[in-house]
Amino acid sequence: MKPPVPAGEPRPQPPSGAGGSLAIETAGLTKRFRGGQVAVDRIDLAVPNGAVYGFLGPNGSGKTTTIRMLLGLIFATSGSVQVLGHLVPSRAARALPGVGALVEGPAFHPYLSGRANLARLDAADLSAYRGDSRRRISEALERVGLSAAAGKRYRNYSLGMRQRLGIAAALLQPRQLLMLDEPTNGLDPQGTREVRHLVAELARDGTTVFVSSHLLSEVEQMCSHVGVMRTGALVWQSSMADLAAQQKVRVTVETQDSVVAKGVLADLGLTEIAEDGASASAVLGARAPEQVVAALVAAGVGVRGFAVAKPALEEIFVQLTGEGFDVSG
Amino acid sequence: MSAAETRRMPAGAAGPLPRLGGRLLLSEIGMVMRRRRNQLILVTFAAIPIIIGTAVKLAAPSGSDAGALIGNITHNGIFVSFTALVVVIPIFLPMAVAVVVGETVAGEANLGTLRYLLVVPVGRTRLLVTKFLAVGFWCLATALTVAIAGLAIGFALFPRGKVTLLSGTETSMVGGLGRLSVVVGYAALMMLAIAAMGLFISTLTEVPIAAMAATLAVAITMQVLVAIPQLHAVHPWLISRYLLDFGDVLRDPLSFAGLTHGCLAALAYVGVFFSLAWARFTTKDVSS
Repeated sequence: MKPPVPAGEPRPQPPSGAGGSLAIETAGLTKRFRGGQVAVDRIDLAVPNGAVYGFLGPNGSGKTTTIRMLLGLIFATSGSVQVLGHLVPSRAARALPGVGALVEGPAFHPYLSGRANLARLDAADLSAYRGDSRRRISEALERVGLSAAAGKRYRNYSLGMRQRLGIAAALLQPRQLLMLDEPTNGLDPQGTREVRHLVAELARDGTTVFVSSHLLSEVEQMCSHVGVMRTGALVWQSSMADLAAQQKVRVTVETQDSVVAKGVLADLGLTEIAEDGASASAVLGARAPEQVVAALVAAGVGVRGFAVAKPALEEIFVQLTGEGFDVSG
Repeated sequence: MSAAETRRMPAGAAGPLPRLGGRLLLSEIGMVMRRRRNQLILVTFAAIPIIIGTAVKLAAPSGSDAGALIGNITHNGIFVSFTALVVVIPIFLPMAVAVVVGETVAGEANLGTLRYLLVVPVGRTRLLVTKFLAVGFWCLATALTVAIAGLAIGFALFPRGKVTLLSGTETSMVGGLGRLSVVVGYAALMMLAIAAMGLFISTLTEVPIAAMAATLAVAITMQVLVAIPQLHAVHPWLISRYLLDFGDVLRDPLSFAGLTHGCLAALAYVGVFFSLAWARFTTKDVSS
């Protein structure tokens, strides 16, 4: 299946957010590792201010490498990165105070408590006002529901608690942009819900959220924009609405008169018509479903059942990234 | 989550000189000093002068003409500190330094905490300088522990008062303590030179144990090379050659000649290896 928008050609630009500018913008961003393997291949990300941007892709498609470049942790082979209007890595010191990040899972000192770990990160932040440190840390812990376990050593935390502490670290300061790499990894359903609510709440307050995930239903529920990676290339980037518009909605008529129905569907200008004796189906295109039903009835087709099927994001995702189960790269 | 709730300090990069941030340095020193293993190292170091002092006390009547330093212990307790420092400087102090410096960058990389420090953001240069200063504090702390424990046991078991130096002349107790401080400072600077090598090694790997072992191996190899007279041509280039060059401090008149030479060598080591560490760390992909 050919990607709807081939890499390298102009893609639909996401509509600008409230600020009118982009929170993250990359141009031709490329990372070639020393072995010669291209992990990220000329991608042009455009994340509008205020968006909740779902960054999708199979394992090994270059999502984390991209996020690391956005944060200045690894250096691009070529191309440029701007985060919150500042070039990264050269001006990372100006960009990063506005960015909270969770990269490839939480990482803390095992023999320090959750609170002590946050205190350490807070102490490292030159922009953090010392007198507020205690309050900031308590609020961040409270926000992720870790207040009760704040004094426990990190090594005794469960996976979900660790993930929460990672999110708390990202929320130590008010942020304009959050980059969350698989934020619900290891969380129970309750925790997953909370993270979704948290993201929604932050987004409502105007925080831009850039979230990588492999949980498609999650992205479908949370995100206003979506980008899809495949073997290092950005094969799709648009708003969710534009993505939905690309989806081929299929109507199916259950009827004895399937051949007649097929003719009606063809007359209406529907495409990709299929017919199997007991039913006929076609891609809806610009027509409204009720028009189709009316036309069928008018043509005397005995309609037993009528269904409008919208493909789930999962199907589109698989169309974009390929069917195979193998990791790419 | 409005920005108005939280006061913000001015951006770090705004000034003419980048700010180091005392809170991070204190936090780093706290991390080193609170670590159970490091506390154990300090306890072990405190035990060394205690063992020396006790042994000399028990053996004192017979062993009157032992080594110059150790023989002086029975005249003045301050020599327990000097003797203990001579004992720990060649191997034990470098070992303690290697253990702590090996963790600096490699340890954080291994835990993954390095990436979170960098996105705070902590500039890479600032992180490296802070880490190195914290290790410097550790170098001083280890040498001081030996000296103070030595004084405590020395004064408990042996006479105090006038200090008879190796040259046979006498100096006051205050003068003696002054000379002890010079030796402690010198030992710390020597260890800082070894720490600089360790810091560089620590930027090369994500395995802290490897960085520790490599640093210690380098320090010991240098000791071995210094022990081979045929290699005297390279000896001036090896930091181990200078480790114990503070003998003049215990003589009258007080001469800093040997000391100065050693200090310059240590500073050169710090300059070269810190630069290498900086060059490596500021250009390296942090993918841990």
